[in-house]
Amino acid sequence: MSVKQVSVFLENRPGTLNNMTNILAKHNINIRALSLADTNDFGIVRMIVDDVYEATTILKEENFIARFTPVLVYAISDEAGSLDKILQSFTEADVNIEYMYAFAGKQRAYMIFKVTDVKKAESLLSAKGLKSLTQEQISEV
Amino acid sequence: MERYFQQEIECAPIEQIKAIQNEKLPKQVKHVWENVPYYRKKMEEKGLTPEDIKSIDDLHKLPFLSKADLKECYPYGLLACPLKDCVRIHSTSGTTGKRVVAFYTQNDIDMWNECCARAIVAAGGSNEDVVQVSYGYGLFTGGAGLDGGSHKVGCLTIPQSSGNTERQIMFIMDLSATILCCTPSYAAYLGESMKEMGLKPEDIPLKAGIFGAEAWSEEMRRDIEKTLGIKAYDIYGLTEISGPGVSFECSEQHGMHINEDHFIAEIINPDTGEVLPEGSQGELVFTSLDKEAFPLLRYRTRDICTLTREKCSCGRTHIRMCKPKGRSDDMLIIRGVNVFPSQIETVLLNNGYAANYQIIVDRVNNTDTFDINVEMTPDMFTDNVGEIQTHKKVLEDGLKSMLGIKAKVNLVAPKTIARSEGKAVRVIDKRKI
Repeated sequence: MSVKQVSVFLENRPGTLNNMTNILAKHNINIRALSLADTNDFGIVRMIVDDVYEATTILKEENFIARFTPVLVYAISDEAGSLDKILQSFTEADVNIEYMYAFAGKQRAYMIFKVTDVKKAESLLSAKGLKSLTQEQISEV
Repeated sequence: MERYFQQEIECAPIEQIKAIQNEKLPKQVKHVWENVPYYRKKMEEKGLTPEDIKSIDDLHKLPFLSKADLKECYPYGLLACPLKDCVRIHSTSGTTGKRVVAFYTQNDIDMWNECCARAIVAAGGSNEDVVQVSYGYGLFTGGAGLDGGSHKVGCLTIPQSSGNTERQIMFIMDLSATILCCTPSYAAYLGESMKEMGLKPEDIPLKAGIFGAEAWSEEMRRDIEKTLGIKAYDIYGLTEISGPGVSFECSEQHGMHINEDHFIAEIINPDTGEVLPEGSQGELVFTSLDKEAFPLLRYRTRDICTLTREKCSCGRTHIRMCKPKGRSDDMLIIRGVNVFPSQIETVLLNNGYAANYQIIVDRVNNTDTFDINVEMTPDMFTDNVGEIQTHKKVLEDGLKSMLGIKAKVNLVAPKTIARSEGKAVRVIDKRKI
């Protein structure tokens, strides 16, 4: 199961990211993981939040452009070599990673992957014994 | 079936229109000579008396009036009748210095409203229609002009004025407004807002829109027509001459018919003042034949445009003007190249962006910088940095080929560029020249 990541367009000037986090804070939305893609001109915030629908609705109301992007999330153990191990499965399955970021849960670490064809990648990796997390599972870790 | 407000005059043979102009012009010159010392002096300087102007063939002899003259004559210097005969003023913001104040007698208002009525009927309006006037009411001529025109046609008029978008949409939907009158940028904004509310073109009762007071491109027209599900008509005018309705589009949507029984149009070379033949591009000049209170002769509009007498399939015989390429006031000279904001709008719309943009020109180390802030749209946004940058590059290339110089595009967040409820502020020129 893929997970819905929220992607938000940000203008490249001081305060825009804070403005966004402020809106989420006011609505009591918890950001589980966040990564920022930046260019000279603009930024894209990618994040996993506890309530994706509420988050995108209120961001749109505040004139942000926000959309869902399906991503794959895998749990790995928080120890040396575990990222290497999971990436090896990606290599063997010939899955190209567009970008990735991570967050640490209470017990384990979690890797978030953006790949070109989510469904295909998921089944290939599932055949390798990797089970991706669902939206519900993420909120519990 | 094409419909007319005053078919007899709107479709009169050209000889008849010329005869009307020949009769009115010498009288108007005499009226100005007798009542406007400022213009009389200008005529005397050229050795002219009213007797020298016998017909429209002598029009070219008369001196021009420009915005500078209006500024010098503020407020009463060009008034041609006693104040007790005036019933209204309208005023327009000058880009620099004093505002222009134009005076109207009741006859002037009636004539102007008739011009607007012609425009409404040309857009398919009749007394069966509900017209929402969303131009600003007040000193601006937009609201009053179309309001008056709508009354003449007998439409149910909603004097909405500008602003309060939610209420605008509520009245359009609840009162089934069929014709919308406002600036094109506000029409686009209303369309955008209605789309966001989930309204489809077929849900919107509007059938036509009359949009003016701003330069807009064909692409913007198509865009508005699509979102609102209407036919969009252009209307042209200026406070100095009366207001909107000096010329208007017919069902052909190909050039605006100038109300020649009231106004004479000329195209001149803006540098030499020489009158150019039909079809040439140059500065548009108007002479108002009927205005009593504020009768400007040979007023230079600074609008760059062409005129054509080619037969129009709508049946109207009045000369047509093209959409002004840009007010020479709006024209920017950046790194020595003439840039019209309307050109930028065309490229934006062709590339899938909204027509909301702001041009920022500055001068750094003696070189002009040229930035265009463009609003990101939900349609153009993806999660992929490379895709956005490719789109942006395509846009920059498109601008370069249209303008001849390179502009830097900055993508900004939606709704951060001030929306125009009156006129849009498209250009911020920080150069201190």
